[in-house]
Amino acid sequence: MPFQNTMGDYQTRQTLETFGFLPPLTQEEVFDQIAYIIAQGWTPGIEHVHPDFSMNHYWTMWKLPFFGEVNLDHVAAELEACHRTYPDHHVRLTGYDNYTQCQGASFVVFEGRR
Amino acid sequence: MSVKTYDAGVKEYRELYWTPDYVPLDSDLLACFKVTGQPGVPREEVAAAVAAESSTGTWSTVWSELLTDMEFYKGRAYRIEDVPGDKESFYTFIAYPIDLFEEGSIVNVLTSLVGNVFGFKALRHLRLEDIRFPLAYVKTCMGPPNGIQVERDKLNKYGRPLLGCTIKPKLGLSAKNYGRAVYECLRGGLDFTKDDENVNSQPFMRWQNRFEFVAEAVAASQAETGERKGHYLNVTAPDPEQMYERAEFAKELGQPIIMHDYITGGFCANTGLAKWCRKNGMLLHIHRAMHAVIDRHPKHGIHFRVLAKCLRLSGGDHLHTGTVVGKLEGDRASTLGYVDLLRESFIPEDRSRGIFFDQDWGSMPGVFAVASGGIHVWHMPALVTIFGDDSVLQFGGGTQGHPWGNAAGAAANRVALEACIKARNEGRDLERESREILTDAARHSPELASAMETWKEIKFEFDTVDKLDAG
Repeated sequence: MPFQNTMGDYQTRQTLETFGFLPPLTQEEVFDQIAYIIAQGWTPGIEHVHPDFSMNHYWTMWKLPFFGEVNLDHVAAELEACHRTYPDHHVRLTGYDNYTQCQGASFVVFEGRR
Repeated sequence: MSVKTYDAGVKEYRELYWTPDYVPLDSDLLACFKVTGQPGVPREEVAAAVAAESSTGTWSTVWSELLTDMEFYKGRAYRIEDVPGDKESFYTFIAYPIDLFEEGSIVNVLTSLVGNVFGFKALRHLRLEDIRFPLAYVKTCMGPPNGIQVERDKLNKYGRPLLGCTIKPKLGLSAKNYGRAVYECLRGGLDFTKDDENVNSQPFMRWQNRFEFVAEAVAASQAETGERKGHYLNVTAPDPEQMYERAEFAKELGQPIIMHDYITGGFCANTGLAKWCRKNGMLLHIHRAMHAVIDRHPKHGIHFRVLAKCLRLSGGDHLHTGTVVGKLEGDRASTLGYVDLLRESFIPEDRSRGIFFDQDWGSMPGVFAVASGGIHVWHMPALVTIFGDDSVLQFGGGTQGHPWGNAAGAAANRVALEACIKARNEGRDLERESREILTDAARHSPELASAMETWKEIKFEFDTVDKLDAG
């Protein structure tokens, strides 16, 4: 849980980019973001890494990006499966945008134990 | 075989330069000027004079014109339109053959189009409203050194606007204290901090010292947050040699981004620096000091959309665009128009946003729109709605004016931003539900709650001076 700060004393935290400053997303909130990614026409992808290497550009891909996937439950289940297999890793969800050749979205869903 | 003969003297401009039947070529560079002529001079004559004086013509015929094919080289006024709601001015559209301009030279284009003609006596006022750069010309310019996608990839920041902050007070801090302010902002959650435009290398803080302390602040904040950070190191300098020297030192220190003031520094310096950045893998932030001198008067000067297009061609990865909601001038529709001109690859003519021509940029990278000036957390929902993801939102006072200091101010902005992005992605209406979204987010963030309390009453509601022309 972020923001255990004493009034006036801001403690620096490892925040891991987008949504790092919000409380961990609930399952329902993660669902909404998956729905957004799919609605944009982007391809969901899952990556994981040990927290010691989180600054690396390349995290390990969990399977291939889920091309053509429109079922939110499938993506959520893959996130869970990745987290179960690598419980001490960070797991992030990305949305690949093939038009801009960039990622339209990317945020950490599960934070690894340190 | 030549059929023309030399006839010395003064001719009316419109005989040669007013060609209402002309159909512009795809390769022509097109310009739209808002013209206010001296009383009594016919519109066609004034329009033709603008075409002539900004291309091949001069006030008298000269014999050496007959040694070339003036029909091939001359600019042509091909259309005149009323300005809605304004009886004394009119728009004229001029087509310039592409061969009038040196390849890849914004300097040359501007020297022709906004050179002597602006001082021409037959005109009371003249304003360059828009330029259509033909794709053939666009391809001769390098443009942004990196572009939006490459910058996101380098910095690992996706799905949201980036957050920045200009370090204040803008002048007078020592290098070490300045680096402290940078460190506090970055550790609190900003992606970038920025040298103010007039921070160059003054007696109180020489550039080498600033660069070194800032580099340590960037490195420390990256290590502590696990996020990539940068500080726009201003390399704007008295001369190109010193500019490159500063840029090289920033690179030596491993910094990701430098900055330049493209109007005071000039297009020659800017284009050179952009090429250096492409070659050296450095991001380039562009400030626009002096723009309001040129673009604010509704009847004279150059509209900012033209300056924005020129910057995209000259090269830069970020450009300030105004905020619509903050302390600086900016009409919403017009701002959205030139934000599109910076970021999109094809922008259709749309008079309701002040865009006079279709503009095709081909494969030229896009430029991040930077919103900066008098904005704070309460503006966040509107800013996210107006600017979307491909923008840098810069809160100067809105970060460093936080009662608990820069880090808390930065965290407040970051929480507000992420709450807005999450809500937008969930399909909520940010502008209508702004209070609820921010209030909810503040329950988890005392920093945001305090920021919302501090700035709850601040608004900047003055009339825009330069409005779009409408009846």
